[in-house]
Amino acid sequence: MSTKKNALFAATTVAALAVTLTACGGSGGTSASGGGTWNKDAIVNIGSLYEPQNLDNTAGGGQGVTEVLNGNVYEGLFRLTDDGKVDKLLADDYRTSADGLTYTFTLRDGVKFHSGKALTSEDVKYSLEKVLADDSQSARKSNLEVVKDIATPDARTVKVTLSQKSVSFVYNLSYVWIINAQAKNLKTSEDGTGPYTLNKWTRGSALSLNRFAGYWGDAAANKQVVFHYYKDATALNNALLTNAVDVVTSEQSPDALEQFKSNGSYKVNDGDSTTKLLLAFNDKAKPFTDVKVRQAVSAAIDDKKLLESVWGGYGKQIGSMVPPTDPWYEDLTSVNAYDVTKAKKLLAEAGYAKGFSFTLDTPNYDPHPTAATFIKSQLAKVGITVKINTITPDEWYTKVYKNHDFSATLQEHVNDRDLVWYGNPDFYWGYDNPQVTQWVKEAEEAPGTAAQTALLKKVNEQTAKDAASDWLYLYPQIVVASTKLSGYPVNGLNSQFFAYDIKKTG
Amino acid sequence: MARYLLRRFAFLLVSLALASVVLFALLRLLPGDPANALTSVGASPEQIAAARHSIGSDRPLPEQFTHWIGQLASGDLGTSFVSSLPVGPEVSARLNVTVPLTLAAFVLAVLVAVPAGFVAAYKRRTWYGALLSGVSQLGIAVPVFWLGMILIWIFALNARWLPSGGFPPDGWADPAEAVRALVLPVVTIALVMSASLIRYVRSATLDVLGSDHLRTARALGSSFGRAMWRHGLRNAAVPVISILGIELASTLLGAVVVESVYALPGLGSMLANGISQHDYPVIQGVLFVSTLAVLLIGFVADLVQRIIDPRLRGRLSGGAR
Repeated sequence: MSTKKNALFAATTVAALAVTLTACGGSGGTSASGGGTWNKDAIVNIGSLYEPQNLDNTAGGGQGVTEVLNGNVYEGLFRLTDDGKVDKLLADDYRTSADGLTYTFTLRDGVKFHSGKALTSEDVKYSLEKVLADDSQSARKSNLEVVKDIATPDARTVKVTLSQKSVSFVYNLSYVWIINAQAKNLKTSEDGTGPYTLNKWTRGSALSLNRFAGYWGDAAANKQVVFHYYKDATALNNALLTNAVDVVTSEQSPDALEQFKSNGSYKVNDGDSTTKLLLAFNDKAKPFTDVKVRQAVSAAIDDKKLLESVWGGYGKQIGSMVPPTDPWYEDLTSVNAYDVTKAKKLLAEAGYAKGFSFTLDTPNYDPHPTAATFIKSQLAKVGITVKINTITPDEWYTKVYKNHDFSATLQEHVNDRDLVWYGNPDFYWGYDNPQVTQWVKEAEEAPGTAAQTALLKKVNEQTAKDAASDWLYLYPQIVVASTKLSGYPVNGLNSQFFAYDIKKTG
Repeated sequence: MARYLLRRFAFLLVSLALASVVLFALLRLLPGDPANALTSVGASPEQIAAARHSIGSDRPLPEQFTHWIGQLASGDLGTSFVSSLPVGPEVSARLNVTVPLTLAAFVLAVLVAVPAGFVAAYKRRTWYGALLSGVSQLGIAVPVFWLGMILIWIFALNARWLPSGGFPPDGWADPAEAVRALVLPVVTIALVMSASLIRYVRSATLDVLGSDHLRTARALGSSFGRAMWRHGLRNAAVPVISILGIELASTLLGAVVVESVYALPGLGSMLANGISQHDYPVIQGVLFVSTLAVLLIGFVADLVQRIIDPRLRGRLSGGAR
């Protein structure tokens, strides 16, 4: 009897409280524009498919480590913004010598590491050397190998001398994390200067970051961010639907988008990624040595239809290796555009009027098998027979990338500014145009970014004309978020995900 | 009995030693290079060689093997190639998810299947007996991931009673949260497991129901319940227990599907991750612990059978032969 009464009392109290709270929430909401007030101490739950392997980006941490730590926990001298610009970050200013070989950086004042130690030029030297070290697995190592000498005349000045001119040097520095020279166990702990400190990493499950009270810049707009890791896109979407996460960094399941688009509680953001899907020819192996054959194949494939079938209304067609966020972007989709008649004509001119057959090495994970099947049916219409050879990433690496033992292959290339690979005749696809190689070299040694951009535009146009590869499409970068959130990055260049500007209401 | 236990223990050690050799050898026979997982596309041969050296995969196989066994003997499962973290603590952290998941599912399945299987046999001529048989038949055919998705759709996405997946990052610090996270996965496994268990319990019961000793007991004036309790259950239990052992072991190993549907950081997902990255220490560590668990389960099942059925004691000890 008494328990029943208690239960009834409890229920009434809860109901009354709920009404009161809702009323408060309501009044709070009306006072702010856009509904709901920004909670400065909110916890933002982020859902991702990319768990780091470890926390060190020079030790094979993978793309997950960039997503969670870059800009959030670690900072560089420069920062690559979400729209592809390079901004000063820990560098207060810099000077370039007249010959373009010496860069003198002045460090920002009052920067502290999470351990409390002040940032000095020694730390910058240490961090650069860490990327350049023999055992470094950094993807940027080769770009930074022009560094000849690093001097630290005083605690706030770093002087870097290059062996040859490199106009991309400052841009490349945006990938170099500045780490406390005395830090240890960087695979499992951190000591950066960013707006967050590492709180806890539960392997296989989640990684949380706390707002750093001693941050030199504007404090993070939320108290804590928790990256929740999923292996499966459906599980990740379910987490978003049940409010277990507030935002998904990169939606990989186009079929799931409809349920978010039709629901007023979510916003589906269609950003520009830097990931290109390539049908890469071996330009050194017959018949793809012939530019007409490459052009014919490019013209015979309806990229638009492929993109539509894989991604619905998302993603972009591109006519070259250059995504819109690269400074030398141009719309080249009309070069070698879909035109079956033209394809047939080009094939006849190249002496393949009856077509030919080739083997397409296809990585065994999405979307490559789908794309391969599509390409096969498209090329069949112009008499070309495609044999699909499904291979594992390991095999691809050895057979295609290392041994160049292939005719054509499918692959996704994720990085920004990677057009320059066409200037390297020894790269796996074997595109060899001395003029292009020369332009790429000159671009890197250009006196400034304007000259660099002009030269790389020429490279862009030439490789497109030569159909060096067939650039099938640019992946969309889809961030799906609860409408309670604002301030999150939408382009996610190179898997960056700056969390410090994310504001959450309620 | 002491002699039997000693024999079983020796058998366990020998099996474990054999398993570790096979495990190590099989992994090295698989194609692929762990260094590839550690280096990014574009890595130079020097970088790859450095990666191989750092994880020790450039050393001769016998040396790698003795190194691993040496570590095992001192209770160390080694260090992950990829994360540089020790494997042991991660395995035990993940056992905190997988063991409760498997045991709870197992207990629930037994609680459902034993009475249901008995009813399905004893009342096989009634409509509900037939229904039980039919449903269990159907249950065997249902893929576990599909069942998981249906349950998520009903109880997480629509009713919002339970989370759709994940496990609290703080583990069991908040037991209520942890339990909530495990309810749907436990039910998923238990449903599939009980479907096949019902079949076994049913056929074991049918055997007993038609047996001579039960008929004799009834003829001597024992009531059906009493006869079943004194003679029937024991006889039915012996085959069922060996099946239970196999079911428990296979669930422990098969949890990977359920763990991936529910995004649980368990042993299964650790194994899957390790395999995709050629992370030998992780794969070896997980499989070694699982092998140990399976052997132990077999041992316990055996022991329980002997306790229930005295006839087995002489037979299994080997001494009587």
